[in-house]
Amino acid sequence: MRLSGLQKEVLGLYRQCLRECRKKPEATRKHFQTFAREEFEKSISLDKRDFSAIEFLLRKGRRQLEMYASPGVKDIRK
Amino acid sequence: MAALRSTASALLGAAAARPSLRMAAAAPSAFRGMAQLADAAQQNNTASEQANLKTFQIYRWNPDQPSEKPKMQSYTLDLNKTGPMVLDALIRIKNEIDPTLTFRRSCREGICGSCAMNINGTNTLACLCRIPNEDKADMKIYPLPHTYVVKDLVPDLTQFYKQYKSIKPYLQRDTPAPDGREYRQTKADRKKLDGLYECILCACCSTSCPSYWWNSEEYLGPAILLQSYRWLVDSRDEKTLQRQDALNNSMSLYRCHTILNCTRTCPKGLNPGQAIQSIKKQMAF
Repeated sequence: MRLSGLQKEVLGLYRQCLRECRKKPEATRKHFQTFAREEFEKSISLDKRDFSAIEFLLRKGRRQLEMYASPGVKDIRK
Repeated sequence: MAALRSTASALLGAAAARPSLRMAAAAPSAFRGMAQLADAAQQNNTASEQANLKTFQIYRWNPDQPSEKPKMQSYTLDLNKTGPMVLDALIRIKNEIDPTLTFRRSCREGICGSCAMNINGTNTLACLCRIPNEDKADMKIYPLPHTYVVKDLVPDLTQFYKQYKSIKPYLQRDTPAPDGREYRQTKADRKKLDGLYECILCACCSTSCPSYWWNSEEYLGPAILLQSYRWLVDSRDEKTLQRQDALNNSMSLYRCHTILNCTRTCPKGLNPGQAIQSIKKQMAF
């Protein structure tokens, strides 16, 4: 399946999240991975043509990633 | 400075509104008292005064429902029971009509720069903008143009602050003060900072600049360049050459095409356009 630019960006963000997870301590790595997945699944029902919403969520996701990627964050849970 | 400022105002026809704004800003402590007085008067002789209704159309967008489109929502207030400024009206709407309305505010006297927004097509501070009394038309209030919206009237200024950080807005010196105490400067040198240090970084000017709209990633924008100039002319700063070097490319500074929207819109009456010209002059000679 050919992906649109926006879809590639979303997948890119998800992969970046998983990559950042690998830098976290092994004991809590699973928490980060499930958190990232849940954050994406929250808006899974979004229409793929709803560009403005997707772009907003991408920006929000990047902001969150920047925050949680900082080495001070050791664990994450609900 | 004064000469250029007045010609710029005359050219753009922006001078008329300013004196009244200033006067209002000078007496902020009177607002609450006046509102209470107005309320009391209304209760005492109810029929004597007609309700002075005004409708505010306000941009609404909620990030929790990202698939919903932004919309304009109307609120009608009785101006006799409201303070004179747009911020008073916004606070009253939030308190009495719709607590979900979101905006930034802090000092309510034009010194913090939090309540910058686009009111009737002009970027200004809501706390320094009077509600026109005679004009019955609706007031339209939007967030600052060409910014990402966080919610309702709250713009995302991350990029703006990043750019501010990039110009190193602090004193840079290697040599200690000759007498080991303060870094002194002459009165003439201090005078060069007037009209620059008053900037409150409300981002009204930067977000009114078309050049900044199209190149906000690389062009620094009038507010940041004004601050940049504030450090370039500071007689105590010793890194002037490095500062100039950082600006010496086609994007950072030279995207300014003297549109002068910045000078026209500045709610503090400063002149970023002139500061940018001064930087260009300083770089050329």
